[in-house]
Amino acid sequence: MTTEINEGFLRNVAGFASPLEIAFGLSSSRRDFLRRAAGLALGGALASGSPFLRGDTVGKKRKVIVVTFGGGARDQETFAAEGQENIPHLLNTLAPQSSFFTHVTNQGILGHYVATASLTTGVYETLNNFSAVPPDHPTVFEYFRKDLRRPSSDAWVVAPSNGFNRIGESLSRSYGPGTGATVILPKRLLSAANANGAGNFDHLLHDNYENPLYTPPLGGSEFELEQLDQILKLSVADFTAHALSLSSPDELSLYVAKRLMQQKAPSLLWITMHDIDIAHAGAYSLYIDGIRRTDRLCAELWKTIQSEPEYAGNTTLIILPDFGRDSDYDAGGNGFQHHRTGDAASRTTWMMALGAGVRQGVIYDEPVQSIDLVPTLGAIMGFSPRQSQGKPLKEFL
Amino acid sequence: MTPRDLQAEQFSGYPPAARRVAVEDLDVLRQLPLSLLPSLLREIIDYDFRFPAERKEIDRNLAALKALTVAERTEWLRGFESITVSKQIEQFDWINQPAQFLEQLSAYLWSTHQMDAFRKAATEYSARLDANVRSEPLPMPRLGIAVIGQGVDSYSEPLFRNLRVHGTWFDRVKPDDGLQILRAEIARRAESHPEPYAHWYVDGGAETVSNLGLSYVSFGAMVAMRDALLKDMQTQIARPGMGPEELRTHLERMTPSDLGFAASGDDVLDRFRLRVLTEGSGTQIFSTTFVQWTVREALRRAQPLTVLARFAPRQRQRPMNELLAPSNGAPQTDPVGSLVDADMGACYHWINQQRLPGSEASAFLVWFEGHNQALAISPTMTKGKQSSAEIDMKGLLASILA
Repeated sequence: MTTEINEGFLRNVAGFASPLEIAFGLSSSRRDFLRRAAGLALGGALASGSPFLRGDTVGKKRKVIVVTFGGGARDQETFAAEGQENIPHLLNTLAPQSSFFTHVTNQGILGHYVATASLTTGVYETLNNFSAVPPDHPTVFEYFRKDLRRPSSDAWVVAPSNGFNRIGESLSRSYGPGTGATVILPKRLLSAANANGAGNFDHLLHDNYENPLYTPPLGGSEFELEQLDQILKLSVADFTAHALSLSSPDELSLYVAKRLMQQKAPSLLWITMHDIDIAHAGAYSLYIDGIRRTDRLCAELWKTIQSEPEYAGNTTLIILPDFGRDSDYDAGGNGFQHHRTGDAASRTTWMMALGAGVRQGVIYDEPVQSIDLVPTLGAIMGFSPRQSQGKPLKEFL
Repeated sequence: MTPRDLQAEQFSGYPPAARRVAVEDLDVLRQLPLSLLPSLLREIIDYDFRFPAERKEIDRNLAALKALTVAERTEWLRGFESITVSKQIEQFDWINQPAQFLEQLSAYLWSTHQMDAFRKAATEYSARLDANVRSEPLPMPRLGIAVIGQGVDSYSEPLFRNLRVHGTWFDRVKPDDGLQILRAEIARRAESHPEPYAHWYVDGGAETVSNLGLSYVSFGAMVAMRDALLKDMQTQIARPGMGPEELRTHLERMTPSDLGFAASGDDVLDRFRLRVLTEGSGTQIFSTTFVQWTVREALRRAQPLTVLARFAPRQRQRPMNELLAPSNGAPQTDPVGSLVDADMGACYHWINQQRLPGSEASAFLVWFEGHNQALAISPTMTKGKQSSAEIDMKGLLASILA
């Protein structure tokens, strides 16, 4: 469990604004900054009507890619004025083309695995954050495949660490094993490919920053080698040679995701990034480096979407952190380092949608929840997430 | 077991002073809900090893609770009373293992979506306690000093950005003898008000100080303890059934002798040093994190009058598994990254200092070591101002302490 109740908790934040005020303040600062810096308009001023219905890319060809950041980045290091230098690509390239939701709250458990699992199910899951267990409720991948009768090759997850290997499908009786997404763990691939220890890839094999003190060994086996050969169509030599040119686990994840797009062209691809979570080690410069890298990788992914024939023109890209990080002013936390307090800054984040069927350059201020993502995906892709507890975002409908 | 069933003999495992406090105030403890009591017991169980400020705070809190009428107590505890706790949690040995209990309670509150309610209850309770306790006047205004950027020859990016709005930014500081002057000032303060744990020197390198009036914590001086801890952690991680929560419980139970702390004759400070390593995240591997966290904890717990924190270059980022391996020779350092870390660490130093009583009179100084940039915050300093007047370190100290 990520959060501790400590003495600081009991000598808390009296005298500061209420959580609700802080959450709205964060949302407003994102909105105001985006309006000034990126020239986005307020969504409420636009005519109603679904961009997805107007678009010409409905039906079987539609593809959706979701990118989540496991390790939220705070406004002051991103969308606030002082943070803009860290996100030039998100701000100048992606935001102007996007529908931007300034006020996304996560009311669940603020641990990365359980929060990402909640994002995939549309239910605030309560599983143990540090156990590799499947979500209790059906995932978006299971709804997608069952309702739309899609093969397993059409839904994939590229996940950062060992703990995420069960996120592709749930324990639900109606769905469950064999009906969800295939999870690919790039670090395990690399670990397996480098089984003889010839290359030094330690810099790409960080696992689980959330507990910096707890770093179990990475797995890697024949199964991963088979994925490399059969799915990604990569030889061990080519894969390891390319890995040598990369500098972080998220770069490795993006490389694998791009290869997957080329080889399998899945219609539903979920990528979770993790570099920002180095913040747990308490070194601010490394946290900032992680944000800048993630910003660059998001732009690179968007560029890839535009250049891949299977994806260009028919793909919706959705980017969101799984949650935020603690405020500097909450005595129960230690600022950027963790997400333990449950304060407004750690629960409030943003979401960006761009590409096929999305209104460009629009800001939506209304509070939405992170569990609204799955029903929204259901609405735009045409499946029914029956057990999700979120609501489809009306801005997409 | 519920709080109202508490008996004096159940505290027989507590150290002597802790046992005395618990038994003396047994009636008060019995009236607290289970969602609150173990937080207080966590403080009490270590009473023998706590700083004077912490003991005073525990005593005051218990006295405040004791003085409440039934109606007031109901009002104060309403938020905690509304928190439900499972039978399994209730049966845990929260008397003797309050820290471990709180870990379980925390997980339970998250999983039952009660964390926000708990947070609200804690915030309101804390505000009532603060309002109820009158702070004693300080013998001198608090002074925080952060020295950052050791080993950086030049740096062109702006510094102190988060703090500029709160104080005056000096860009023509004469750096000559700066560190010696700052050290002399904290020694002078320690000598003029020689209270235990009132004056601290925290060093990210291996610098030593001989001033007995200072509470001294250094990253470099704890190499052997850090290595022992990292080695122990590797052993623990390899054990079947070990997970992050089990590891935290294991670390919580450690004592200074487990890591080979040479007995300094100061159990309180030795325990503090141990906790910096076992409770901090990243304090074992990055010296910048170590200094920031140590200052935070020193301010929160000991409420000192003076803290001089000198950051040093941390080791460069390497894979976590490698970072967690015991040290093998001198690691490569990242001075510029460390300056960025320390700049933020200085900001947190000031924020944490401002949480303490007397904040309206306190002073803070952050200096880019060996260079001509500093930022000063005090009641005498103009907020948001830039000063290009030439000033030496003595002049700077005199102006913020005027």
